[in-house]
Order: sequence, then structure tokens, then C-alpha cells
Amino acid sequence: MKREFPLFVTAAVGLFMILSFFVPHQAVSVPADFLQQSAVIVVAFGYVLGGANVLRVNFDGIYRRRPDWPYKLVLAGSLLATLAIGAIEGRGFQSEGTRFMWIYDQVYSPMSATMFALLAFFIASAAFRAFRIRTLEAGLLALAAMLVMLGRVPIGNAWTQWLPEPVRLQGIQEWIMDIPQNAAKRAILIGAALGVMATGLRVILGIERSYLSGED
Amino acid sequence: MSLHLSHDFGVWVAALLTLFIFSFLYKDNPFYKFAEHLFVGVSAGYYIILNFWTVVVPNLWDPLLQVFSGRAGAPFAASLGDYRGWLLLPGLLGLLLFTRLFGRIGWLSRWSLALIIGVYAGLKTTGFAQGDFVAQLQGSLQPLWGRGLAADLSAVVFTVGLISSMLFFFFSREHKGALGAVSRVGIVFLMVSFGAGYGYTVMSRVSLLIGRFQYLIGDWLGIR
Amino acid sequence: MGALRSLEKLDRRWIFLVVGLLVLFPLLWPLDLPLYVSPPVQAYHDAIAELPDGCTVLVSCDYDPASRPELVPMTETTLRQLFDKRCKVVATVLWNGGAGLVDQVLRGVGEEKQRVYGVDYINLGYKAGNEAVMVLMGQGIASAFPRDNSGLPTRGFPIMREVRDYSSFPLLVSISAGYPGTKEYVQQVQGRFHIPMVAGVTAVSAPEFYPYLQTGQLRGMLGGMAGAAEYEKLRREKGTATQGMDAQSMAHVFIALCIVLGNVVQWTRRRRDAA
Repeated sequence: MKREFPLFVTAAVGLFMILSFFVPHQAVSVPADFLQQSAVIVVAFGYVLGGANVLRVNFDGIYRRRPDWPYKLVLAGSLLATLAIGAIEGRGFQSEGTRFMWIYDQVYSPMSATMFALLAFFIASAAFRAFRIRTLEAGLLALAAMLVMLGRVPIGNAWTQWLPEPVRLQGIQEWIMDIPQNAAKRAILIGAALGVMATGLRVILGIERSYLSGED
Repeated sequence: MSLHLSHDFGVWVAALLTLFIFSFLYKDNPFYKFAEHLFVGVSAGYYIILNFWTVVVPNLWDPLLQVFSGRAGAPFAASLGDYRGWLLLPGLLGLLLFTRLFGRIGWLSRWSLALIIGVYAGLKTTGFAQGDFVAQLQGSLQPLWGRGLAADLSAVVFTVGLISSMLFFFFSREHKGALGAVSRVGIVFLMVSFGAGYGYTVMSRVSLLIGRFQYLIGDWLGIR
Repeated sequence: MGALRSLEKLDRRWIFLVVGLLVLFPLLWPLDLPLYVSPPVQAYHDAIAELPDGCTVLVSCDYDPASRPELVPMTETTLRQLFDKRCKVVATVLWNGGAGLVDQVLRGVGEEKQRVYGVDYINLGYKAGNEAVMVLMGQGIASAFPRDNSGLPTRGFPIMREVRDYSSFPLLVSISAGYPGTKEYVQQVQGRFHIPMVAGVTAVSAPEFYPYLQTGQLRGMLGGMAGAAEYEKLRREKGTATQGMDAQSMAHVFIALCIVLGNVVQWTRRRRDAA
């Protein structure tokens, strides 16, 4: 029951989902649709579980007075406050003017955007300190990067406006994206597809069992 | 150019939190740590509430309530999109996920994971086969001549690049001789591809910074 | 040579400062560099322009606030083009961080174009489940999304009376920041249900979709803020994407310079050490 039953469920459900791709009859499509609905519901419970785990870990840190425990208090407090406000607000929690949407607009949204905006600074710093051209291949990478970077923005076209269109930076950039870049990306796509199909079949047939983590 | 500071308390909160996070660029500090932990807490709470009210309630609770309060007819007479009492199964599996938090009965969560893994393994296998394998191979079969010199040359370069890049990933034989030569050609195309990817990544990251500055200048400081 | 030596030990915070200033100044004092429209963007615009007036289009907005500068301008311009053709819009969200943002964007453009919620457009909101939701919609949009973003029953809205499944839409517009998004729609929906598709994606993921453009799985594509700006130009709008392109240009030139300068500094140091 601890390992065999889950392996059986994975195999049965996985094979049924593959079958549903080929068989449109409702004897297959209705159960397949039900399985997908079930997966949607279980995944949603998974997000709730994730949040509960964050609380558990941080409460533990606060109780044991781990380093930075005051910040963990901020984390736990803001999590519980958001939960409480969202629970009180009910189904219309995303309607305009609710306190929950205020938290989303003025706290979650700007911080989410700013966290990723920091990357612009680090990518510039890494370009200076870590981008080392020591081989021909690295040189090709750098050349392609610079041609694409300059060709994709207006300044590239402004600098090379005097040239015929196909050899302007924009034209060169488009050719790089359409031909050599496309060829390599397609090769990677096809290779990755083969890998995913193989791994999918391994999981369904029970050869790959890493998702059953733990002992037993 | 003139300054029109925002009078909205929320905008000031958002702007200050933005500056707290930017302060990390100078060095790690309590303002950044506060903002970081606040962000994680609010995000986790937001995800829980969102999934509860948009999935658990409308897709599970409401239909079950209708069934067991007698408003939906026979409890297990399912049809496409209307699964009535059968929804008890995913409901139970969803609750079993929480057994992961309790060591001794944590193995019960594997039943829930088995359903998720089975569904997604099946979907991904057919999806990749259709969209990334068959369709891509089909699209690669293009004429190599008869469309003009530039188009024909590009088609030849494309085909050479595709085959050589695919052969680079063939590791069942050592890359020596003819295979080695073709693999080295493949490396050239792969390097060009990675360079193009790097260029687009730079564009993406810079765009995010531009967005934040536009917010600070426009919405907060009101510079026009 | 002295300058190059001092660059060897350059504190990275100076680089941060220069990047910040180079992005800030063009936003305050625009350079108005001319934009050039690329073929994938033209194809995206044309795919929407060729739709019959008054049809219903599925727009899946799968992103969160982190991708706002790139994808919100695309979404707004797409909605304006659709509303100008009197098309109806059914919107879905598969990223949990994006539900609120997409609703604001949709309602903002809806009000601007004086369209009525529930009649001309609807936001079905967020649903967890990634690809499973996409395939579920193939059996019935309303059964996958029984309630809209505000918690109201979906089947009660006039716009949903003629919407069954993917066959009700002549076009699927996928605006996405990653997983789940455009790639999954191509794999699970475009091939299986034969619905024409166009996509707006972040710049970081744009290169991987060129193979789909070439095969016709995608009819057109907007890539990043540059793609959004070019689309705004086609539509004769001057939105935030267009305003950001001067700053983008300056930052790209600086980063290209950083790559060259960084290697020159390293090369001279190695020569000096070898001597």
C-alpha cells in the first residue's frame, strides 16, 4: 500500500491520459476529464500545503530564537494577516477596493516586480566581471550576444541606417534569430522532447520512482 | 518638467518597499531583510487564499454542497463536467496531502502525488510528442532550392545547423572522425543560439528595471 | 594603462550606479530613437486584423507583476485592437500571482473603450492545474471555470452563452511569462484542438518560440518590451513600452561595452603577468 498502490495509480492514470489523446469516445473522455479536474483540485490543495509548511518552519525558527527570528516574525505575521483578510473578504476578495486587493496592489505586486528588477544590475556587473572570452566558441557566443543586443533596440538601426536593409544590425539580428539560432533551438527542442517522452514513460511504467521520496 | 508627489498612501507604501529592496544594491541591510520577509509572508498568504477561493470552493465545495443538499439529483450520476459525489475522491486526496506534515502517516500523501504525477506524465508525454517532436520534424522538411539564392542559402545553413546540432547531442559514440567534425559544426550553431539567448535575457532584465523606474517617476514622484 | 589597472579592482556598485543613471535619464529626457517593426510582430498584428469583426477570442494572460513592463503593454494593445474590431474577449489566468493584475488591465481597457463586463468581455480568473486546465477547457470552458474572477457564476453572463470550448474561438492569444503558458498551449491545445494561435512572451523566453513560428504553430509573436513597442507603433500608440525603448538602447550599449572592456582589462592583466 505504501509503494505498490501509488505506483499502480500512476501507471493506470498515466496510461489512461495517453489513451485519451487518441480515443475521443466518451467512455474515455469523461473519466479523463474527471482525472484532470481531480488533478486541478489536488494541486490547489498543494499550494495550501506549501503555505502551511512555510508557517510551520518559521514558527519553529521563532520559538527556538534562531538568527534573524524577528524577521521570521514579520513573515509569519504578514502571512497570517493576509490569510485573515482574505478569509473575511470571501468570494469577492478580488473585487475592486477590497483590502485584499490593496495588499496585492501596494505590497505584493511592487515587491515582486522589484525583486526581479535587481537582476538588471547584476547582469551588467556579471558582463564586466565574469564574461570571459578565452576560446573561439566563447567569442562566437559574445559576438552573437552583442549583435542581438544592439540589433533588437532602436539604436542599432539608427547607427546602421546608411547600410542596405539586410546588412543593418536589425537585419543581421533577424537572420541570426531565424536561421542559426532557430536551427540550434529546434535541435534542443527535439532532443528535449525525446527525453521528456522517455522520462514520462519511465514514470508511468514505474521505472522512475524518485517522486515516492522517503523510506518504505 | 515638474514634480507632483502622489497623495495616495498605498503608492507611498509601494514606493518605499521598492526603495527598501533596491537598497540591497549598496549592501544587505535591515530594510531589505524586512521587505524580503514581508514579501514571502504576503505571497504565501496570497497563494493560499487564491487557491482556496478560486479552486477548492467553486470546483469542489460548491458542487459537493449541491449534491448532498439534494439539489443536484442522483449523487453519483456523473456526466462530462458534472461529477457530483465523485468529487469526494479528489477532496480526500487533497486532504491526504497534508499528512506529509506528520512523519508517521506521511506515506499517505503518496496516493495524492501518484494521481498528480500520473496525470501530468500522461499529458506531458503526448504534448511533447505532438508539439515538440512531430510538428518540429515536419517543419524541418523544407525545400533547399528554388526559392531564390538568399532563401536557398539560408535553408541550407538551417538544415546543416539542425542536423549538426542534433548530432552533437548523440553521446552513444565518441565524437571522433566524421561525427567529431559534424559535432564541432553543431557547437558553432549552439554557441550562436546561446549568445542570442543571452542578448534576449539582457533585454528582459533591463525591461524589468525600466518598469520600476517608470513607476517611481510616474506614479510616485509624478514627474511630467 | 593606469585606467585599465584601476578597472581591475572596480567595485561593482559603480557599475550599478551607471546602469541606474543610463536607464533613468532617457525616461526623463527621451531620445525618440526610431522603431522598426519586425516580421513576427507584423504577423501578430495581421493575425488579429484578419479576424472577423465581432467574433469571440480567448486571451490567456499567464504572468505576474514581475513581468509587468513587458507583458502588460502587449495585453493592453491587444485588447484595444480586439475591441476596435468589436471582438469579444474571454480572459483566463493560469499564474496565481497574476489574477489581480490581469483584472485591472482588462477592466482598464474595457472602460477606456466603453465595453460592458459580461457582455463584451469577461475575466474567468485564475485556476490552478497548469496543462490540466488547458485540456479541461477543451471539454468545456464554463465547467473548467464555474465562477469568474469576482466569484460570480460564469454561465450567467451573456458572453458565455455562445462559448462552449475551443471551437468557439477563431484565435487563441497567449500572453505568457513562462510555465504554464505559450509552450504548453502549443503542445496541449494548438495541435490537439487545431486552434490558430499567436503569442506575446517575455524576451528571456522569446528565442525558444522561433521554431514554433517557423512551423506555423504560432502565427505571430511579440518578444519582450521591444516587441510590445513595435506593436504599439503599428497601432499608432505611444505606451510605456515605446517610452522605455530609449532606456533599453542605452543599457544595451553599456552592457555590450562592459563585455568588451571586461575582456580588454583581463587580457592586459594576463599580458602583464606573463611579462
